[in-house]
Amino acid sequence: MEFFRIQRDIPFMRHALVLNAISVTAFVLAVFFLATRGLHLSVEFTGGSVLEVQYPQAAPLERTREAVERLDLGEVQVQNFGSSRDVLIRLPVRGGEKQDALAARAFDEICRAEGGTVAQKAYVTEQGEAVSRAACEVAGGATEPVRLMRTEFVGPSVGAELARDGAIALAFTIVGIMIYLALRFEWKFSVAAIVANLHDVVIILGFFAFFQWEFSLAVLAAVLAVLGYSVNESVVIFDRIRESFRRYRKMTTPQVIDNAITRTISRTVITHGSTQIMVLSMLIFGGPTLHHFALALTIGILFGIYSSVFVAAAVAMWLGVKREDLVKPTGRENDPNDPNAGAVV
Amino acid sequence: MNRYPWWTYALLAFALVVGVLYTAPNFFGEAPAVQVSAGKVTVKVEPGMVSRVERVLADAGLRADLVQYDGNSVRARLPDTDTQLQARDALDKALNPDPANPSYIVALNLVSRSPAWMASVRALPMYLGLDLRGGVHFLMQVDVAAALDRRAETLAGDVRSLLRERGIRHAGVARDGQDLQVRFRDAATRDEALRVLDDQLADVQWSAQGGDAEPRIAGALRPEAARALQEQALKQNITTLQNRVNELGVAEPVIQQQGLDRVVVQLPGVQDTAKAKDIIGRTATLEIRLVDESAAAREAERGAAPVPFGSERFVERNGQPLIVKREVILTGENLTDAQPGFDSQTQEPTVNLTLDAAGARIFRDVTRANVGRRMAIILFEKGKGEVVTAPVIRTEIGGGRVQISGRMTVAEAGDQALLLRAGSLAAPMEIIEERTVGPSLGADNIAKGFNSVLWGLLAIAVFMSAYYMLFGVFSTLALTFNLLLLVAVLSMLQATLTLPGIAAMALTLGMAIDANVLINERVREELRAGVPPQTAIATGYERAWGTILDSNVTTLIAGVALLAFGSGPVRGFAVVHTLGILTSMFSAVVFSRGLVNLWYGRQRKLKSVSIGTVWRPGADKTAGQG
Repeated sequence: MEFFRIQRDIPFMRHALVLNAISVTAFVLAVFFLATRGLHLSVEFTGGSVLEVQYPQAAPLERTREAVERLDLGEVQVQNFGSSRDVLIRLPVRGGEKQDALAARAFDEICRAEGGTVAQKAYVTEQGEAVSRAACEVAGGATEPVRLMRTEFVGPSVGAELARDGAIALAFTIVGIMIYLALRFEWKFSVAAIVANLHDVVIILGFFAFFQWEFSLAVLAAVLAVLGYSVNESVVIFDRIRESFRRYRKMTTPQVIDNAITRTISRTVITHGSTQIMVLSMLIFGGPTLHHFALALTIGILFGIYSSVFVAAAVAMWLGVKREDLVKPTGRENDPNDPNAGAVV
Repeated sequence: MNRYPWWTYALLAFALVVGVLYTAPNFFGEAPAVQVSAGKVTVKVEPGMVSRVERVLADAGLRADLVQYDGNSVRARLPDTDTQLQARDALDKALNPDPANPSYIVALNLVSRSPAWMASVRALPMYLGLDLRGGVHFLMQVDVAAALDRRAETLAGDVRSLLRERGIRHAGVARDGQDLQVRFRDAATRDEALRVLDDQLADVQWSAQGGDAEPRIAGALRPEAARALQEQALKQNITTLQNRVNELGVAEPVIQQQGLDRVVVQLPGVQDTAKAKDIIGRTATLEIRLVDESAAAREAERGAAPVPFGSERFVERNGQPLIVKREVILTGENLTDAQPGFDSQTQEPTVNLTLDAAGARIFRDVTRANVGRRMAIILFEKGKGEVVTAPVIRTEIGGGRVQISGRMTVAEAGDQALLLRAGSLAAPMEIIEERTVGPSLGADNIAKGFNSVLWGLLAIAVFMSAYYMLFGVFSTLALTFNLLLLVAVLSMLQATLTLPGIAAMALTLGMAIDANVLINERVREELRAGVPPQTAIATGYERAWGTILDSNVTTLIAGVALLAFGSGPVRGFAVVHTLGILTSMFSAVVFSRGLVNLWYGRQRKLKSVSIGTVWRPGADKTAGQG
């Protein structure tokens, strides 16, 4: 099998202006949605409580919502989580009242709405582990009308700290990658690669703002992983650009870039395709916990291909990359037989 | 040219064997077990307990698969849950003759089913995080400021007694937050006091202030002393928490320091947060009382008479009864520290107590009035008191520094100091984050994570094999080898596997295939240029290496950033991701090359390589199909 039977170099750079215009539009839209709608931050960042409950049948969302709203806590979210039987309830931080007590009261109300009472239930699991948990029991009923699957609460100070650490991690990654690329190539490429990949990051965030998907710590991890991953795409292309500059002395800069991109396109698509297969598998089988993580990765990978191919190289071209920047007439760099000198794909 | 020396194959085979050995324990699952741990601070579980447990089980006619000591508890693995329940009852009965006052906690538990010889080479399964196993997670904030306040309070008392001892008159010692203010009537006294304080209380930065008009000395705890105090407070809190959590009989409790002033407590399997919080939050209290030495009390001690009115009967650690007055002189709240030490004159081991200012005043008055009598220090745990020590008061004790000496070994002094400290938390703690995951949700998460990895890997395998033929098969084998190594390394490190960790595993595999794609594309390109197959393989691998290294460096930078600044779930992700990148470089380059060399390296006259279609531009024919 061979997907890519390309006779001549594809003139990517002839369309650079159009493609960059698309990028700029997408970027501006993303920034616009980020500014107007903002990110829907998870409890990890904002502080607050989360309860996950499971019903034996499809969840009566309205009844659950009414029960929680009876507590009069302000903005409360009640939504399905994964399946129609699972419900996720988020409670805001309330000054004065302990959050764990709040979560307990909320479960109490939900349980009461189903006609049961909360009691501690102790039993031994099949594996022989002693378990004792809060259960909603109905007199005479064998099954619980609603089960508490998970509770979580985060104090507001922890959230602020996480947000700060996340920002530091992002900055560290950007600076680290820029330094590495500046050493490995030169500053124009370093700037081009970072512009291209930050454009990916902003667009991912833009999607999260537009659809109001939940932005959790796992999504942040996905964003950073994408940043590192799609930069290496740019590295491969830049490697090839350097080699082409060296090999084809007559070509103009856009021609060299076209040649480099054309010859790496096969690897780019197959690699990203393979990674995407894995991510798709997570999206399908990973359940609701991994859903947004996989979603962020999917957007990141798709835009990663686009930005490395069309944005990074074009930005480098606008910055005025020349043969002299890369092909230094001294030392090892100029040795065409050196196996480590050039691009390899 | 495509041959590895024998030792490279040996190395690969070794890596494969180690990989399989350390990955295997993860697949044995868990077996029911009974865990015996200490039920009181005064009781220690020692390796000798193993034979005792074995004996008890043998007497009860039960057969344990394995009895193991793991540092502070003994676990017996049993074939099924029925035996487990019987074993628990038998052990509980044998080890705790007095059910109302249990010395040991006998709890149901789970242990890995892997064979003993695997455990003996430290081939153990990974820990499962709470999201995979179910349980509670608490993040507790230690109120360091409160500990510093208490220290300042003690220092104020020290200053007062020190100045009184030296006959220096002051016009008041005040505590302002964590700072001290000592006022004087004239500047000369102040300067004299400053010399004394500088000399005696070096932990504090003293400075003369207010000139001649309003002479005073300001004192602030030195930063290094404050830091030492903070570290000590945290350590003590962790020790105390460990003692309390042991009582829950949890399989693998995690009690860890996080950052400067936080403690993470994770209790796998526990679902009852209220009970967990109750136990974690419970303070064992300490009381100091006088021993009743009346004739009636002596009679009562021998058991010949009832306990006199206004007194109580307690048991000393050696089992002797002791009649103690009901009136409480001091509680653990007044005790700021307890350390083992040596008497400066007799070189006997001692326990040195430090009391706060209020405690010191009361203690001085009480000791003055009761020289020659005995006092008892009683530790209350779970509502039951036990006399830790009952020393004789030799002289009046002022200044809040109490020394207990006499007939103690060094180890005993250390134990007693620990017991006295265990009575209280060094600084108050507050739960700032709490997570509970139900057990069924955990099992669900494991299945989801496992399926994602499995199906993703299969899909990649099918695609690679179809696109690159035999080279694709090699790539897939290399990828599987990578997964094996990654799981083995994580198991060796005894890392905690979480759902984000499994996600990182899947993502890393998806990214790791990049290296093989690079190699395969490069080999194809060489073939396209008309290079002979053996040379094409060699140059393909050589040239791809530079790019593989390059592309992994940028991914590593992001991984390290996450590792350094991430916490909780992000850290789990970062650890797996970073390790996965490292193992992928080895497996994708060295291992897949090893397979290629084994297959093709022997053939001297290689005509074609099975790497899928090698398409040549211009001439529309295919070559190298195989």
